[in-house]
Amino acid sequence: MFRNLLAASLLCATPALAQEQVKLKPGPGLDAVTTSCAVCHTLDYIRMNSVFLTPDAWKAEVTKMREALGAPIDDDTANTIVKYLSATYAVQPKS
Amino acid sequence: MNRRELIVGAGAAALAGGPARAAEKPHWMSPLLPDGTREAAVLEALPGKQKLIRLSDRPPNYEAPIEAFRTAVTPNEQFFVRYHLSEIPPMADLGKWSLSVGGEAAERQIVLSLDDLRKNFQQMEVAAVCQCSGNRRGLSSPHVAGVEWGYGAMGSATWRGPRLKDVLAKVGVKAGAVEVWLDGADGPALPTTPDFLKSLPMDKAMADEVIIATMMNGKPLPHLNGYPARIVVPGWTATYWMKHVTSIQLSTRPLDSFWMQKAYRVPAGMFPVDHPFPTQDNQTVWPITDMVVNSVVADPIAGTRLPAAGFTVQGVAWDRGHGIKQVEVSLDGGKTWQQASLGKDLGRFAFRAFSFQTGKLPAGNYVVSSRATNNAGETQVDKLKFNPAGYHNNVPQQIAVTVA
Repeated sequence: MFRNLLAASLLCATPALAQEQVKLKPGPGLDAVTTSCAVCHTLDYIRMNSVFLTPDAWKAEVTKMREALGAPIDDDTANTIVKYLSATYAVQPKS
Repeated sequence: MNRRELIVGAGAAALAGGPARAAEKPHWMSPLLPDGTREAAVLEALPGKQKLIRLSDRPPNYEAPIEAFRTAVTPNEQFFVRYHLSEIPPMADLGKWSLSVGGEAAERQIVLSLDDLRKNFQQMEVAAVCQCSGNRRGLSSPHVAGVEWGYGAMGSATWRGPRLKDVLAKVGVKAGAVEVWLDGADGPALPTTPDFLKSLPMDKAMADEVIIATMMNGKPLPHLNGYPARIVVPGWTATYWMKHVTSIQLSTRPLDSFWMQKAYRVPAGMFPVDHPFPTQDNQTVWPITDMVVNSVVADPIAGTRLPAAGFTVQGVAWDRGHGIKQVEVSLDGGKTWQQASLGKDLGRFAFRAFSFQTGKLPAGNYVVSSRATNNAGETQVDKLKFNPAGYHNNVPQQIAVTVA
């Protein structure tokens, strides 16, 4: 019960996307992050989880969203998102 | 328009009942939290709630400020809010709510109304702590991914409603039943995302203390705490306390849900448990179930200047249902400990208030800690038992204060 259609979700999520765009740091790939991630959750999830994840850990999060939680994100977009998160919200692993 | 616009579209502004205002920051957040968490968090009141610390608005994840734990009963207005998925039915939709009970391991299927739950079953009351599994995740060292909770993703309330086992008796439990599967009215934004489904082993589902609560501290459940009915599983973390519960199904099989089999897992044997979960345990990881013994100092707050005449250390302690035997307080960061006084015993699953009067103190710096021991002889650990999801952190706080 109480399920809604994807179309409705995307249409009605638009104001939230516009509102949230300003919250994240600028950088290549921000549009892809905003479009893909904010459909299901606030972009504050990214800020909240910073700055302590490594690029590999961010990649694992994106993979979890796609494979376990059903985010319809293609490979190219996923790469763009991981690059943005790695450049903007990641720590570099200790060598 | 539908509820999506209300909650998803406008986000926090709609939930908070007005257009965006200048953000108010929490009075205090632990410096152990990730920097980004402390930057993103704001103090905000949801409808019917006092101001809570907002970690995220969609889905809503709000924790109580630490002052809320000065008393053993957490007011409904200060009770934390936690959702995994953003689709939350508004109160108008929940007016049409009903509960399906049955399943393949039931003799028959029934549908219950809220009135049925309140009038056709014996009403039980249990005072119990509802604590998010991830409470204190944000204090984990090293940090781990997830909702970065501080101390406030918990509360203790008196819950009222029928026993789960009495409701299951109405449908007849067949011999092959191994789990009770639970679903609630909330759901994912996308149909490809797994719905939030949980299960209980029969042993716990049939325990006397497990109820379907329709009342919380003498009032109907607040909307975002599971109105009109939620499962209450005293002793176990809140992940099993299904909100807006719409379906209770007896099953002959383990539930194969992301939320059971992948999420909410702890390393096998790392933490004590009283009720095994044989259909979900495996050799390396078990579902998180029983809470660990723990306590929180709500007062004083770190960084406070206190009088040389002395001050009161107060807070609450809890465990998984053995009950609290003692709480000790340290003023030197855990080198020496003294007995705190315990407040009224509200039941073995509830918060137990504690307080400690320091008496006169020389001027200087102090580090306040509390340490609870339960009736099973278990005490809070000195060193974090690190696990990948950041669960069960019961390391005593180190609250630096100055006496002048």
